[in-house]
Parts: sequence; C-alpha cells; structure tokens
Amino acid sequence: MQGRSHPWANALGWLPETASQTGGPYVHIGCVPSFAGLEGMYGGRDLGASCRRDGHVGEAITVEGRVFDGTGAPLRDALLELWQADANGRFAGEDGSDPAFDGWSRQPTDGETGLYRFETVRPGRVVWPDGRMQAPHIGLWIVARGINVGLYTRVYFEGDPANEEDPLLARVEHGERRATLMARGGEDDVWRFDIHLQGPKETVFFDV
Amino acid sequence: MRTMIKRPGAQGALVQRDLSIHPPAHAPGYKTSVLRSPRLAPISFDASPTEATGPIFGPDVVGPGDDDLLTNYAAPGESAIGPRIVVMGRLLDGSGRPVPRALIEVWQANAGGRYRHKRDGYLAPLDPNFGGCGRCMTDDDGWYSFRTVQPGAYPWPNRANDWRPAHIHISVFGEAFAQRLITQMYFEGDPLIPHCPILHTVPDAAAVDRLVARFDKSATIPMDACTWRFDIVLRGRRQTPFENRMEGL
Ligand SMILES: [Fe+2]
Repeated sequence: MQGRSHPWANALGWLPETASQTGGPYVHIGCVPSFAGLEGMYGGRDLGASCRRDGHVGEAITVEGRVFDGTGAPLRDALLELWQADANGRFAGEDGSDPAFDGWSRQPTDGETGLYRFETVRPGRVVWPDGRMQAPHIGLWIVARGINVGLYTRVYFEGDPANEEDPLLARVEHGERRATLMARGGEDDVWRFDIHLQGPKETVFFDV
Repeated sequence: MRTMIKRPGAQGALVQRDLSIHPPAHAPGYKTSVLRSPRLAPISFDASPTEATGPIFGPDVVGPGDDDLLTNYAAPGESAIGPRIVVMGRLLDGSGRPVPRALIEVWQANAGGRYRHKRDGYLAPLDPNFGGCGRCMTDDDGWYSFRTVQPGAYPWPNRANDWRPAHIHISVFGEAFAQRLITQMYFEGDPLIPHCPILHTVPDAAAVDRLVARFDKSATIPMDACTWRFDIVLRGRRQTPFENRMEGL
C-alpha cells in the first residue's frame, strides 16, 4: 500500500481533502471531556485549557465573548480554538519563541451563559506574505452543532494604531464590517469579542 | 508539560480549499445550520504565518491507553460492551504526503447509540465502562489507529423520524491552523447512510463515499476485533518553484 499511488489521487497525484462535518452537539466529549463531565478522562485535564504559564513574556490579557445565532441567541454548545503569536510575534516552536506560552488554546462556551474565555497574551506583530507587517491579531476557529465547516475569523484590538496599515483589514471592502473583527474594552486587560454568525452584525469570516 | 515542540521544516502556502466537496454553511436539510450559517461571502486570502503554522503536539500529550476506548473509561479489568473494532488509516495531505505525529481525537456514542452527555436523553442506556472519547498520534508514516466499540445508530431531533447512521466524530490537527478539520466517519453497508441529512450536507457523491470506512478483512484481528479502514486527507501545501516566499516562512 505504501509508496503506491492512493486510489483517491487524480492524474497529477493530488488527493481531495476529506469533507468537513459538523462537530455536533457533543463535540465537548471529544475535545474537552473533563468539561463535558467525563470525570478523570486524560488525567482530568483538558488539552489546551490554558496556553500561558508563569513567567511568560508580555502583557497577560483575557479575550472573552459569546457566539450569537441569527436570532441573537448565544450558542451554549460551541467550541473555540485560538492560535496566535507570542508577545514578540513568534509562534510556538519557532526559534526564540516564549517557552512559557503555547500559542494555542481551546475553550467551550459556557453551557448556561454562552460565554467563552481565553486567558492569553497580547500578541506581537507577524509578517504578511509580501513582507509588510500585520497588526497584532489572534486566529480563532469556531465549531458547533449546526456549523458544517469550522469558521475562521481573527481578533484584532480596537485602537491599535497598527490596524490602519494591516493588509488583511484593508481587504475588508465594507469598512464598517472591520468593526466586527475588533475586540473592545481592554480595561483591566479584558477584551470583549462577540461573534455573530449571521444578521446585520455578521462577523467577517475568512476562507484561507 | 510543554504542549508544543519545534515545528519541522519549511511552511509553504496552502492549496486553495475546494469548497465544492464541503457542505455549504446553510444546508436546510440539517435544520440547525439555518440559524448558524454566515450569509455573507467569506473574505479569501493566501495564508499568512498565523494560518500556515499551527500547534504541533509533543508525544507526551497522548497517554498510553488513550487510544483504546474499550478500556480508557472502564473499571480495572472491565471493558465496554459492544462489537469490538479497530479503526485505522493514514493521515495524508493533498500532495499525498503522510502527516506524521499529528493529533487525532475521536468521540462517539456507545454501542446502543447513547452519548455520555447530560443533553443526551435517548432511551438507550449508558454503558458504565464506556466514556466515548479517545485520541492518538500518527506515526512517522502517517498511520493512526484506535480501538473501540462499533457505535449504535441513534434518533435525533430534525425531522420527526431522522436517525444518524453509526458514525465516529474525528478531529484532526495538521501542521497549519488552516488545515484544522472535524469530520465524521461512517461504516460501509449501513442502511441508514442514504437517509442521513447531516452526511448529505456534503454535496459531492464521491466526497460522501470517502467518509465511509471500509471493512478491512485483511487487517482484521482473528478472534478479537474487526478492522475498518479510514484514510483522512488534509489540505496540501503548494510546492511551486519560483514562488516568492519571505525569509523564515
Ligand atoms: Fe454523533
């Protein structure tokens, strides 16, 4: 089997991606089993429950919010993952990255309030493929029952002067929609980022 | 415990996703998608490092026995009830390259079709020895495997009499955050497959067929467990000569 071409390959050897399917109502069993009530599974500690440790570099921040459906009701069964650079703009695993920061975390929305909360650090700037610098941002991936393909968006920080020169924000043609990508607040290092799946305030999602 | 380890090799740009093989966000046959689907066009861009890199997990993330759902929630010496199966396959990317040391997580109903979850009120009983989740890492050649019970079909609130075929939910990390994927695996020959509104959110018949695992007689373990083969493909990376690429990407 190994070394032979795969039965799914096309004439040039490329394979089609496996189709996405919804994470369904019980995605927490698989991804955050302790949160889901499977006592003691995997040592009782959900993978990605935290991404920063004592001694991390940079500013500790909280990013929190809710995910709203088309009627404005919060999703209470969603799961979010973040991936971001450390305070110096380096990704975990890169030379010189902060050993006390993983850059990846995942959190469920609360089963009652729908609130999600990440305890992370304010990211540094990362290069855009053409060499320009991007504004500080966090990559966010959202899955839930009723979401057929995981949704990808980005969290930027309202008021950051670098937003003005960010190559991706500049690509958002309708300027008022850029506001959907801005975390607000920042008092006591708590940033609010609500996600609207549809409706007049629909968040900008990306096809990367 | 460090979650991440040093990433291997260069991180090229990703091949554009072929949306024609994925379900649309708004798939009315699956009613829950109606209010949870964005209606505006997503904004497309060629991955920046935030999307072209991703978490790479060290081997210490997966513990011994995490890949055995028969026993990873069972009392010592006991085992979950139901048909014993092994699910195995290869994790590849779109260029056919195996994806080594990648984290795969699975979750499923028990053999009666019941999830261990407070929101699952199906009549079928819980199995005290079955939790319903497991995880493993691919080996150097992209192979993965886990052992479990064959899950049962279950009814769900959509139309009045909709049933899910037996399925296992699978979450996969590649090497790029833009490769992140959750899917579901089905079982060849299941009579419920043609009737499943969730499976048939996938618009392409060949893509549906690739979600159906094949019974692998040759890999089946005598007097122990039937083996099902399920290969998973993540998005590939472009390997284009002359392409501009910044130092360090
Ligand atoms: Fe399910």
